[in-house]
Amino acid sequence: MNPVHIEVDIHKTLRSSGREFPLDVRFTCDDERGVIFGPSGAGKSVTLKAIAGLETPERGRIAVAGRVLFDSSTGVDVPARERGVAYLFQDYALFPHLTVAQNIGFGVRHWWQRRHSAELLRRVDELMEVFELRGLGGARPWQLSGGQKQRVALARALIRRPAVLLLDEPFAALDPLLRDRMRDELLRTREAFKVPMLVITHDPEDVSALAQTLVILEHGRVERVTDLKGLPYRDEQGRARQEAIRGLLTDAHREIGAARARAPMQLVK
Amino acid sequence: MSSQEVLVPLLLTLKVAGWATFGATVAGVLVAFALARLRFPGREVLDAMMTLPMVMPPTVLGYYLLVLVGRRGPIGAWLESTFGISLVFTWQGAAIAAAVVAFPLVYKAARAAFEGVERQYEQAARILGKSETAVFLQVTLPLAWRGILAGMMLAFARAMGEFGATLMVAGSLPGKTQTLSIAVYEAVQAGRDDVANFLVIVTSAVCIAVLLASGRLLRPAAQG
Repeated sequence: MNPVHIEVDIHKTLRSSGREFPLDVRFTCDDERGVIFGPSGAGKSVTLKAIAGLETPERGRIAVAGRVLFDSSTGVDVPARERGVAYLFQDYALFPHLTVAQNIGFGVRHWWQRRHSAELLRRVDELMEVFELRGLGGARPWQLSGGQKQRVALARALIRRPAVLLLDEPFAALDPLLRDRMRDELLRTREAFKVPMLVITHDPEDVSALAQTLVILEHGRVERVTDLKGLPYRDEQGRARQEAIRGLLTDAHREIGAARARAPMQLVK
Repeated sequence: MSSQEVLVPLLLTLKVAGWATFGATVAGVLVAFALARLRFPGREVLDAMMTLPMVMPPTVLGYYLLVLVGRRGPIGAWLESTFGISLVFTWQGAAIAAAVVAFPLVYKAARAAFEGVERQYEQAARILGKSETAVFLQVTLPLAWRGILAGMMLAFARAMGEFGATLMVAGSLPGKTQTLSIAVYEAVQAGRDDVANFLVIVTSAVCIAVLLASGRLLRPAAQG
């Protein structure tokens, strides 16, 4: 039996440059690795932010690992700081006024503590070891490479042992040559920390590498939810998997194109 | 020229300007944060009101203050009946006058600084479990700090040079409320050019030093 990891059913009217379009997203993800795929302006970001508590839907329900985070019918709206989710921003949002070690320890240090406690220092050190950041504890975020920044952001998020890891276009800010390596790294990290993840992306490669459950989003609506676990993965048939996924996404795009032709005014961006 | 004639007004001025900067900073940072982060009707009107002391003649401000904190003013009468204190003709009165005049400099700088802090850092902090107080103290304030400090230095320089409002509220009592800029005026009136020259040089030197320091703070941080 699979636990239901993420349950989303939200409605919100989005306003963008004077135009309105309804966000109406409903899906469940029982797998360890979910990917929401869609073009920019489809409502991916708002959906992810709603799960994290950074956006408030007008109505609906959000539950993660069986815990209700938002439910408009019962008035539940857990504040972001108590949701116990982790969020990886597209450009990582590392605090520029803090060192790498301070960034990693940020979520577990109280504001009245000038310094990290011994226990905390040990945890930060452990994570720096795991993420191959040894010796960089005193460095500032702007001194890091793209890959290192992402590792710091992951360490900072995972130190709090979150119920789910939400990632916003995690590889968009990286050198294309680095993306494959970081995808592998992310998969290994996820395995090691046993944390379910939900990624939003517009890159088919991310879908191919990461998705077990694929949610295709367009115009603020879920076009389809597909289980990709049945597809062969990373063997000599890796090619077959990629082609199958490309076919899926192309199908979706064709339908989307037709929908666009029907309702061009709904387009945002 | 005795050292008393320079040292006494100089120390008094530093005391008045120091307290004025402190007051203007506390008020300016709070108002700036509220106006930078909250959306409410009348926000822009309030912004204009908060900037008013920058463009109004100091004597007019001083007059307003006299009406408010003078013996018969609503605040002044209350202070006198409750605590038995009067602000008029005291250095505390001078500090309040200087604080009001210097307030917009802190407020403007702090608001720009807060608006320059990317919301994403605050959001990241919230997701990492921080309360709103912690977000402010650990993220927003440190990231806005340089801009606020630059505003504080300008406010200090402005408070040091305050003349009109201070004179209206606190008068020119030597050793009690006679600050540098007022002492310069009195020295010139009395034909004491040597005293005036020296006071003017001291005032200019302090103001230039403060401006240089604040210019340094406003330059973008050395990031590569």
